[in-house]
Amino acid sequence: MENLPFSVLIISSIVKILFIAHLLIIGVMAMIWAERRVSGWMQDRLGPNRVGFQGILQPIADGIKFLFKEDLIPDHVDKPLYVLAPAMVLIPALVTIAVVPFGSSITVLGHEISLQVADINIGILYILAITSLGVYGVVLGAWASNNKYSLLGGLRSSAQMISYELTLGLAIIGVLMLTSSLHLRAIAEAQGAYPWHWNFLIHFPAFLAFTTAMFAETNRLPFDLAEAEQELVAGYHTEYSSMKFAMFFMAEYMHMIVGSAVTVTLFLGGWHFFGLENIGGPVWSGVISFGIFFAKTAIFLFVFIWVRWTLPRFRYDQLMNFGWKFLLPVTLTSIVVTGTLWIITGSRLVVGIGNAVAGFIVVSIVAGLLVMDAPKPAMQDSDNPLTPTALNAIE
Amino acid sequence: MNAEQILFILFGAVSLIGAVAVISFRHPIYSALSLVVTFFAQAGLFLLLGAHFVAAVQVIVYAGAIMVLFLFVIMLLNLGTLSVKGAIGGKLKGFAIILGILLAIEGIYIATNVLNNTAIAAAQPATAAPNTTTYDIGELLFSKYLLPFEVTSLILLAALIGVIVLVKRSSNDSI
Repeated sequence: MENLPFSVLIISSIVKILFIAHLLIIGVMAMIWAERRVSGWMQDRLGPNRVGFQGILQPIADGIKFLFKEDLIPDHVDKPLYVLAPAMVLIPALVTIAVVPFGSSITVLGHEISLQVADINIGILYILAITSLGVYGVVLGAWASNNKYSLLGGLRSSAQMISYELTLGLAIIGVLMLTSSLHLRAIAEAQGAYPWHWNFLIHFPAFLAFTTAMFAETNRLPFDLAEAEQELVAGYHTEYSSMKFAMFFMAEYMHMIVGSAVTVTLFLGGWHFFGLENIGGPVWSGVISFGIFFAKTAIFLFVFIWVRWTLPRFRYDQLMNFGWKFLLPVTLTSIVVTGTLWIITGSRLVVGIGNAVAGFIVVSIVAGLLVMDAPKPAMQDSDNPLTPTALNAIE
Repeated sequence: MNAEQILFILFGAVSLIGAVAVISFRHPIYSALSLVVTFFAQAGLFLLLGAHFVAAVQVIVYAGAIMVLFLFVIMLLNLGTLSVKGAIGGKLKGFAIILGILLAIEGIYIATNVLNNTAIAAAQPATAAPNTTTYDIGELLFSKYLLPFEVTSLILLAALIGVIVLVKRSSNDSI
């Protein structure tokens, strides 16, 4: 990477940026279509299937509709921030993908070009930094709308995102300790070709916690309290219409795609799959490795949709309890166990087993304490199916 | 003028404009956002120094966590626009004038030193320290600076517990 001539570096970077940015936007369109079709399938109905083959052009029709709608700015809003907010949601989602390695490398005209826009030393810290900025757009949009529903949605969202960011950051520490690098490419390469070498088995509790926190960061069901329709109309984007609403909408899907890509890199072996990525010369191996990465991300995205249409929404106190009393202890234990076992034994197998056992013990202890600590049925709405006990069942 | 200097001037200017905007905006939300802009520009300055870790931490801790909490509080209290008279009371005026004079003297001192190049020459060995990567910082924190590191974390822990105790007591009283 370093020994590329300057002109090659510039041209390859521009090509990579154009490619990945467009892939992201096309991916958003594909995701919107997939979500509507999959949700239709899960609810035993059809979903959009009129525009194009199987409705595949539906997102384009939606986009045209959004673009030609009147760009309404209500009178009572704080105009500069109201206009700024959708962009501030979209930009963090877009720029995160820059550090994600989406394949091994391609050799073109004798130059080895790695499939990653920016190969920086502090890749993970960059992702955490940018993710932590995503909350600004939501908060500002909520506040600038000057609407009580919006403000409540924004407050919920910021509290939730701050709480789950802790888990997000701490869950990565175990991976960092075993790789001893913040470099995303190094982490992906260190995981090796076979699924039983990948980080999600070694750090299983941390992987689950990371995935859950990722769901919370994208504000999707079962964590979509910021826009709970029954309570808050549409939450922080109640006052938004036309393309500005579409930007919030696109940002949500972009967050999902980027989140999946990051999870695949950190926990699911990146572009590795049974050595398939080494087949076929310097050019095709790069293409195949990208294909493997793409497929893994797509499968993970399906899980996002699957979870959304299967799990009910948390109540707000349950959300906070879940974040602070389940995920945080699990990740903290995982850090201690990983560090200790890694220093003593130096074996990934032992670390993996230790993590799984420790995670199980922590979850049981916390669940037991919560059940004992739960309010008496007389105080609680006993008909509510989502009492803390039911929450434990979900966990 | 090379690219690094251009970037330095850019980040420095943005940082200064943001800092001035913090105290000139009447509305607390705009002030808080200007502060975020300043933090970003400073992270850029850290990047120019090669301190990648510090830059990332600057964004994560200040822009990503602390300022979000600030915004949260401002929104929760729904603070309105501050009037200038309310912001600077009569008693504080004298204090502000004294501090302003001190600051001006300091500024003049630095400016003259920079023009004579003495300060830059004196500061050169400190800025040339190579230990700016994450690995080096981690090693220093856990060997040479272990005690200060642990003491700092204890102080933070004490503050955390203090807050929880205070909040707990008041909520018990109200029930």
